[in-house]
Amino acid sequence: MKSGVKFGVVVFPGSNCDYDVYDVLKRVMKQKTVFLWHKEHDLQDCDVIVLPGGFSYGDYLRTGAMARYSPIMQEVINFAKNGGIVLGICNGFQVLLETNLLPGAMLKNKTLRFICKPVYLRVENNHTLFTSCCSEGEVLKIPIAHNEGNYYLDRENLQRLEENKQVVFRYATPDGEITESANPNGSLNNIAGIINQKGNVLGLMPHPERCSEQLLGSEDGKKIFQSIVESQLS
Amino acid sequence: MYRAKVYVYPKEGILDPQGKAVHQILKNMGYKAVNGVRVGKFVTLELNSALTEAEAYQQMEEMCQKLLANPIIEDYRFEIEKVTEEQE
Repeated sequence: MKSGVKFGVVVFPGSNCDYDVYDVLKRVMKQKTVFLWHKEHDLQDCDVIVLPGGFSYGDYLRTGAMARYSPIMQEVINFAKNGGIVLGICNGFQVLLETNLLPGAMLKNKTLRFICKPVYLRVENNHTLFTSCCSEGEVLKIPIAHNEGNYYLDRENLQRLEENKQVVFRYATPDGEITESANPNGSLNNIAGIINQKGNVLGLMPHPERCSEQLLGSEDGKKIFQSIVESQLS
Repeated sequence: MYRAKVYVYPKEGILDPQGKAVHQILKNMGYKAVNGVRVGKFVTLELNSALTEAEAYQQMEEMCQKLLANPIIEDYRFEIEKVTEEQE
């Protein structure tokens, strides 16, 4: 049995949540964690790759569009295709969409505003390695901070996504109801986070690394990191 | 060399919050005749004249598919013109 999990946090020019997630993984979760520079090709034998939030390459052209062609991403794509675990948070989720590791695309928020506030998420699927520490239907309070979080996918593929239970998190009311007013950005079906069919790649717009300690007001985000660690150690 | 002009715009039927906002303001300004607005992007590129015209078209198509547009939410079209040295 492994004694610990090695996490790699990819750093793009413009990443700005890289240190936050590094700190949570290393100090709070007590796991070995390294930074992976976007120009490198070496994933340093990491067990889990995290694509952090921020504005990679200034979000020029489209969010995540250019990060997708950086040297490190060619390795991350191969890693994911071979079953490696990849977590994309916010801009990291946008990068995963651009790489086609996850289906769909992000449009600008319906409100035309950058939204930075805590939201409630209902856990739709707890049979994933990213959510095994949550119960089904559990409501998590986790902040979002984005301008392009309005998830879009054509109707046919959206239906497939739903049937496969690939929608992992949905924007909800504090009671776990899925309503239009609980949807901050216009995302189809209130989608906040999805997983690939194989179950090894997850992307979500909310920032679990910003609420993994009681000092910061909530530990709900820690459940996601805890789930990943436990999946690797069990 | 070649000069390429690329137009990238939101697909029909896809929500375009920017276009909607611009439309609303134009209406407020009194332009009642405007029925709809879509906001996209315009990119110009210069390509090496060592390429044949067919190669230039093929490379532009690839660049649009892979990077300049996201085919899930955007359509694109491009024009290529040959520019002589004098015009440069």
